[in-house]
Parts: sequence; C-alpha cells; structure tokens
Amino acid sequence: MLLIKCPYCGDRPELEFAYGGEAHIARPGAQDQVSPEQWAQYLYARTNTRGVHAERWRHLHGCGRFFNALRDTTTDHFIAIYEVGGAPTAIARTHEFP
Amino acid sequence: MSAFRSATGGLINRSQRVKFTFDGKIFHGCSGDTLASALLANGVHLLGRSFKYHRPRGILAAGSAEPNALVGVWRDSARYAPNLRATQVELYEGLQAESQNRRPSLRLDMGAINSLLSPFIPAGFYYKTFMWPRRFWKAVYEPIIRAHAGLGRAPASADPDRYSSRFAYCDVLVIGAGPAGLSAARAAADSGARVMLCDEQALLGGSLLDNPAAVIDGRTGIDWLHDTLAALGQNPRVTLLPRSTAFGYFPHNFIGINQRLTDHLAAPPAHLPRERLWQVRAREVILAAGALERPLVFAGNDRPGIMLAGAARTYLHRFGVRCGSRAVVIAGCDEAYQAALDLCTAGVAIAAIVDPRARADGPWRDAARRAGLPLQERATVLGTRGRLRVSAVQLGRIEANGRDVTPAGTVRCDLVLMSGGYTPCIHLFSQSRGKLAWNEELQAFLPAAAAERVRCVGACHGVYGLSEAIADGAAAGESASRRERAALNAQHFTAANGTLGALPTAKHPRGKAFVDWQNDVTAADLALATREGFRSIEHVKRYTTAGMATDQGKSSNLNALAIVAKHQGKPIPEVGLTTFRMPYTPVSFGSMAGRTRGNLFDPVRTTPIHGWAQQQGAVFENVALWKRARYFPRASEDMHRAVARECLAVRRQCGIFDASTLGKIEVAGADAAIFMNRMYVNSWTKLAVGRTRYGILLREDGFILDDGVVARTAEDRFHVTTTTGGAAGVLARMEDYLQTEWSDLSAWLTSTTEQWAVIAVQGPAARQVLQQLVEDIDLAPTAFPHMAVARGRICGVPLLLFRVSFSGELGFEVNVPADYGHAVWEAIYSAGESFGITPYGTETMHVLRAEKGYIIVGQDTDGTVTVDDVGLGWAIAHAKPDFVGKRSLERPALRSAQRKQLVGLLTSDPEVVLDEGAQIVETPAQQCPMTLIGHVSSSYRSSVLGRSIALALVAGGRERMGQTLYVPMPGRDIAVQVTSPVFYDPKGERLHG
Repeated sequence: MLLIKCPYCGDRPELEFAYGGEAHIARPGAQDQVSPEQWAQYLYARTNTRGVHAERWRHLHGCGRFFNALRDTTTDHFIAIYEVGGAPTAIARTHEFP
Repeated sequence: MSAFRSATGGLINRSQRVKFTFDGKIFHGCSGDTLASALLANGVHLLGRSFKYHRPRGILAAGSAEPNALVGVWRDSARYAPNLRATQVELYEGLQAESQNRRPSLRLDMGAINSLLSPFIPAGFYYKTFMWPRRFWKAVYEPIIRAHAGLGRAPASADPDRYSSRFAYCDVLVIGAGPAGLSAARAAADSGARVMLCDEQALLGGSLLDNPAAVIDGRTGIDWLHDTLAALGQNPRVTLLPRSTAFGYFPHNFIGINQRLTDHLAAPPAHLPRERLWQVRAREVILAAGALERPLVFAGNDRPGIMLAGAARTYLHRFGVRCGSRAVVIAGCDEAYQAALDLCTAGVAIAAIVDPRARADGPWRDAARRAGLPLQERATVLGTRGRLRVSAVQLGRIEANGRDVTPAGTVRCDLVLMSGGYTPCIHLFSQSRGKLAWNEELQAFLPAAAAERVRCVGACHGVYGLSEAIADGAAAGESASRRERAALNAQHFTAANGTLGALPTAKHPRGKAFVDWQNDVTAADLALATREGFRSIEHVKRYTTAGMATDQGKSSNLNALAIVAKHQGKPIPEVGLTTFRMPYTPVSFGSMAGRTRGNLFDPVRTTPIHGWAQQQGAVFENVALWKRARYFPRASEDMHRAVARECLAVRRQCGIFDASTLGKIEVAGADAAIFMNRMYVNSWTKLAVGRTRYGILLREDGFILDDGVVARTAEDRFHVTTTTGGAAGVLARMEDYLQTEWSDLSAWLTSTTEQWAVIAVQGPAARQVLQQLVEDIDLAPTAFPHMAVARGRICGVPLLLFRVSFSGELGFEVNVPADYGHAVWEAIYSAGESFGITPYGTETMHVLRAEKGYIIVGQDTDGTVTVDDVGLGWAIAHAKPDFVGKRSLERPALRSAQRKQLVGLLTSDPEVVLDEGAQIVETPAQQCPMTLIGHVSSSYRSSVLGRSIALALVAGGRERMGQTLYVPMPGRDIAVQVTSPVFYDPKGERLHG
C-alpha cells in the first residue's frame, strides 16, 4: 500500500485515495471544432509509461480534492506532487531514495 | 525418555510430558518440542508422501524451509489446517496430526505406482499427454487430474475462529531475531527509536538457540540472548513479536506480518483471536532474515532419514534429539563437519564423512581427523537404499578429472546428513524490488541497490560470523535510528566453501536426484527442460515446476539455477534468478480476511423503513450495498403471486414504495445551472424553480451513464437524483469535472442520499391519501401538476414533495429528513388503509415501469447504449455548445440506423415469459452460429395486461414494428412480435390524473 502525500492533508495511506488515471489529458474545448482524430486521442490514447508517469489522485476519503503526482511506475516512488492545473516540477531522472 | 532423546541439554522441559497423536497413534514428546522434533525423538522419520511420485518422505529441515514434512493438524472438523510444516508446529497436549497424500496408509500408498511410472511422467508430461483426443479433456483427463491434484484437504466447515488485524507504525522494524537482528533492535532502541522486532519462530534468538558453544563478549550466547531480550522487553518503545512471519514487503516500507497467537495452546482462551495480521508502516526496515541451508543433489537423496546437517544440529542442541544412531555425513561445506563432531559427541556413530569438494582443508577437517572420524575425500554418493528409511549409502570416488566416478562401496546407516552450504535469505529484500547481485567469492546472490529505506544485516547479506553479524546489526540499528540514508554496510565476507548444483555421479545413475522435494523435480527434469529448448529460468521454472511449491523454492532455487547454468554452459548470474513473491510462507485465508466476514464483509446499507419492511415479512434483495425490499408476500404467496397482487393494487388503488436508496446530490451555487448544463444532455437554464425534469448523464464516449429526476429547488440549487447503484460514481464524476475541468465555476456538490427518506405513493388514490397529511402544498392537479416539486410539511416535519411517477400512475415522492422516515411512512400507511394502500417492492416497481417502457440504467442499458437507442433522443438539448459526451454523439457509429434500439416484444403465446438476456434472430431454425440481431433486456408477466411483456434491444428495431422475430431456446424457437415499448396507457393519461 502506497504512502501518498496529499498536498492538503499530508501523508496518508493509499486506502484513502482514488486513482484518477493519467494527468494532463486536456478536454478539447469548442465541441463543434474538435476533429475525429483529436477526439479519439482524448478518449482513448494514454501513454502507459514505464518510468515517470504524471497521474491524478483524489483524496476521496479525506479532503476529497484532486491533485497531480509524478510517480515512477517501476519503483512506485513519488517524485513530485502538485496541484490541479499546475505544471510538474523538474522531473528527477536519478534514482531518488524515498 | 526415548533412546533418541539426550538426558540433558536443549530448550525443552523434560519433566513436562506432552501426549499427541500422529496418524492415530499415540506418542509422547516434551514441552518445547515441535511436532517434528517429538516424532524424531520417537524414532519416526516417515512423515509423508511426495506430491507427484508418492515417495516416502521424512524431515529435511528444522524450520520454515521444510519442503517434505507437511501434515494436517486439527482440533475439530472445522479447525483443520492442512499442509503445516511439522517443523513449525509447536507441540501441545492432545495435538492431533496426520500425514497427507497417501492412500490407504503412509506405509502402503497406492499412489507410489507413480514412482514406477516415472519414466512416462517427466517434467511437462501434462502438456504432452493430455492433448488428444480433444473431447477426452472434460470427460476423462480433467476429472482424473483433479482427483490427484492438490495436497492436503480443506476443512469440512466454515472456520469458527476469530482473526484480527492491526495497523502499526514504527521508526525501525527489524525482521528476524537472530544475533544480527537482536543487536540491531537493541542499538535502535537504545538510541530512542520506536522499534518492532518480529520473528517467525516461537522463541526469539535465531541461531543462538542452536549454538550452546557460542560466546559473546565473554558470556554464553544464551546469556547474551537473555540479557538482550530483557533489555528490549523493558523498553516501552519496543514491541516484540514472536511467532510472527513478515510474509510480504509492499511499497513504501509497508510490511505484512502474520502473528500466530493460539495455535501452540492446548486450550486457546476464547478472548484471543487465532491470528493477527499486522500491517506495519516502518520508517526504516532492517532485514535480518538469516540464511537457508542448501541440500545436496544426488541419486536417492529424498529417503526418510536423509536431512540437512544444520537441522540435525538444531534437533540435537535445541530439542535434545539424536536423529539416528549411525550417520553418514555428506559434507558439501565446512559446517557439515561441525554437525558430524557434535553428533559424534552426543553418541551418534559417524559411519563416514563424504567430502566431494576438490579443495577442502581447514580447521574443521583437521578437527574431524583428530576426532578419528572416517573421512572420505573426493568422494560422492551414487545412490541410497532403504524403503521407508534410509539404510545404506553407495559411495563413489571422484577421479582426478573431476567428472568420472568409480564405485567405492556401500556404508550402512540410519541417518544421512548433508549440507551444501548456506544461501542468504533475500526473499523480502527482493520483494521490496531491491536489486540483487551475484557475489562470486561467496557463490551467492546478495542484496545490492535498495529500492526502499531498508538495510540488510547478518547472514542475509553474507555476513556469517557471529561477532561480525552482531557488529553489523548494531551499526545498522544505530544508523537507522538516526534516519541516515542507508548505505550498503561494510561486509565481512568469508570465502564460499559450499557446493552448488548436482554432485558428480555415475554415467547412468540409478535413482532420482531431487532438486525440489516438494514438487518432485529432479536434476534430470531440469536437464530435460534445457534439452527441449527452455532457456529462460522463468520458463524452466514453469515447465518443470521447480520452486513453485508452497516452500517457494527455499531449499531448491540455487541448486536448480546451478544445474540449469551448467547445462546451458553459462555462468549463474547470466541465467538469472526467478522472482521472489509474497508470501514468504503460506498465510491462512482467515488472517487475510480478518473481521471482514459474513455481515462485515461489506457494509450493509439499510433505509429508515428497513425495520418496518422486515416486520412485514418482506423479502430483500441486494442493490449495490443496499438491502431493498423486493416484495411483500402474504400468507403462502410466492414471488409471482405477490408481485401480481402488488401491481394490481398500484394500478387500481394505491401503492407505497421505499425509494430511499435513490442517490441524491445537492448541486448549489451561482453557477449551478451552468454546471448542470455541462454535465447532463438536458437543458436546465429554463427549468423553473418548483419544477423537475428527467435528466440523462453520458460518459464522454457518448453512452448512457446514469439517469434520474432533477428538481430545481431554487435559482442556484438543484436536487439531483441518481440510480441506487450509480450514486457514488456520479458524484465522483461530477467532482472530477468541477475540480479539474471547470474549476472556474462556483458550484458545490453534496451527497444527500442518506439525509432523505423517500416514500413513493403511487396509484389513482395517491392524492387522497396524501391530502390527509400534507400541509402548505395544494395538491390539486392544476396547482401541483405532473413533474412539480414543492416544500411543505407532513406530519409536522419538513417535506420536499415531488409529483413524479415511475409507475405510470398518479404519483408522489415524499422526501422527509431520514430520521422521520419511519414515522412518516407509518402515518401514510395508516392514512391509506381505507384506500387499500399496499406496500410494494422493487420487483413490482420493475414490472410497472416495464409496462410503461421506462428504462432502468444497467438493465436495459449496458454501457454501449445511447440516448437515441432507448428512444429518449427528445431529452438532448442539441443547441447547447457543450455537454459531457456531446462530441461523441457525432461519431458515425453512434448515428447508424442499424444500432440496437429499444422495442417491446409480445410473445405469440401470452403465457410464455421470455428469459432476460435471451438472444433474438430474424428467422427460425438457424444453424449455429446464428445471426443474432438483439437481446431481451427486461421480461415479466404483466397482471394488468393479463399476459407477458418484454423490452428488447434489436438492430434497427424501430423500423421493425409488427415484424415477427424469434427467440431461440433449447428445443424450440419462440415467436415474438415487435411492438412499441409502451404497453400500458400509451397516451400517459393516468399519470396526469
């Protein structure tokens, strides 16, 4: 069970969170101008990263808020936690001890 | 005392005799014994039959690595635990145990014929044999394989014991209470850290318990152990957990520990759970898991009486048991000499020490020579004899070239001790995703780069010497308590002197040389896998099943690897290592389940009216976590008769229905209407306060997610209802959009599902019933028309009243604060008695809505159904610039005229009720595979129509009105006519009544 640092509540066990899938999948704006390719990308294309992955979490059984995280999918180490709409800070490439 | 029990020594209490039975025979042991040590003290070595060949097997090891001696232990028929390692079963008065995998008896086992058939059942024989003829699989092969598969038997009834679980946090968790672990715990605790120390054994101490000669700081090892445990025990910041196996290492230093609390007690006190699952989050973990002794691979190495040399020392020193009277020691490492010397001192005759190693000098060999023990250098084993117990060893001499072997006579014995050296126990480190590296000098895989905050100390990272291990532990404990980043500690390697892989043997050896005892995998099987082209060690493992038994290859992995490496002509690290997985040793299902059994398995949600429904004898069904009344049978009614009566009561008089489980979300804020516009397909801008509307939610891919009536209770406030099962998902999705897509909107979402009790009153008399109770709302049809909503009072409590109908009749939904739900229900029920008010359940609700062609999301939709498919296209506000799923509605596939559309079906025989889920075809008597054009989604007998009705999704269904289609069922095709999905009151006059 992961230990996740909610930016609003601090370290909490994974049990309290809901996973929200990949982050930064922007919903295309004006619906009548979205091409089929753009829409298909939005609906179905995900990076499935091996390594540092930007993803969404929601502190469902806590403050209820969404936030973003960078997690290394090979080690489960969190590299950065940041707010919805924020940009990921510099991605650490080196092996960071948790 | 038996002939095999020494007069003194060991950690048992000789004055306290313990009676137990094994396979029905009565034995006696001592307090402090394990089942294995007590049986050995009685001269019993035959404990079981092997998995595949049913070969007689004895005790190989002394601890959790034991692959052979698996027994069933029970207190009663419900408390039966199969496949326990006899080496870990603590003896108690009256213990009952039995051997496994034998029929009819352990000494005479019919299954042993597999041993004679063994040339025909090599590794992978399943895959080669049971291929043809294909139809034999289900009728012949599978039943036979199932009858022979598995080990041990399951208990006969539900587990009556209690299991608890606990979350815990500590600064330093030390796993393994041998000298290194104890010293680490002591150092960490002395530095002020909160420490937990767990060990799988009943006694903390590890190798100190087996080693009376150990001296630490001028004290005996046992004195040092007692002092250390006393100091730890007095420290309130230290938790000691004996009988506690750390079985799994999960991300972020989360460790699963299985603590066994009562299995060792003759009469477990009622207040204690049987086991406790600890889920520990540790800031720092120190692994002091020790090392596992390796067996040697030679022909006939599995007979009862052949065991690990270190295990024999444990039995001697801890339990005062001599494992035989005349021993041959196969010394693949120096430690085996120590066993030979110790057993010799204890009175066991040493018939021979056989040392296969090319280079084997040193103090131990000299000591054996001085003691006059018969030493055979450069010797090997060609085979063993003895049916149920080893009786002789056939020796061979290894020629100078190191390969050829010539016979060198036979030595009689009743005990064979073997040791190939020690393998560091890297299981948990590997589970933590730490990297492993091959150490050439030590001939072992050792922990390398860590992935967690973990340190390894002592033998589990190759530090074998006692004083070195204690120093290693102390340094790590202190460093962990200071929260230092863990570096790989200095390591004090002693060069390897052990033996890996198979011993040199004859060109055509007689007898099997086992590598994995528990799964009956031999050196020949591994060679066969290599010959058949398996290269990856992971593939070899799965093909031969080496290392896949419940012992997870503790004793076999490295030997298997060495043999495969040799056959492939590669160095060991190039062949690689298979993945270590949790659990380290098997964990009971009870421990995993803990308290979450029966009613506690999942939360049960009940409505305020639940108790009333129970009193009325309602039959309940599960809807998500809710209990919902399905129908209210009277006298001897079955469901169909009860539902027919309830349906007619609603159509003719009045029914009362508990709709409290409906999901309810309050959407409030200045931008509430904008938010609703973006979430739902409908338009909300023009919905007046005091009015409701049927709303539909889509997923972004354009398919129906949920539906429900939405009321506008103020300009900036909506009372949204959802399906019972969809409530949490809808709220989560709304929150997602609100927080991450449209965070500029001023809107707030609150679940109010459990704040409201909802009482549906439906039927021609509904208004007359409610008029008696409702205050402040004019119920006249013009003042309060269909789809109106208003606040008022009922029975003196606040009321939110909806005029809505899911039955097609005049209908109201009474929303009151949940605490008043039961009282208001009773009041309405009393007020309705003179009108024949009838409580009805979900089944009747389903029939009534199907008669009206109203869909149920999840029954008539399945995640691939659009709004247009179910004929609700009128609800979509196409003029809106955006709503969830809007863009997807333009996808060509979602606009096709051949999509499955909702229609009604009437069977030509009105008494036939179709099966829900049945498929639909155009023409009867088709050959398989038929061309399927749709399926039945809802099907009931309608009492008001006096016939069966069904809803179905049929390709191009709306263009097929009047067509005859067919529902193929076993033995017949049922003819059906396609109709409108609205069967009753198609003009909707009744609900406007």
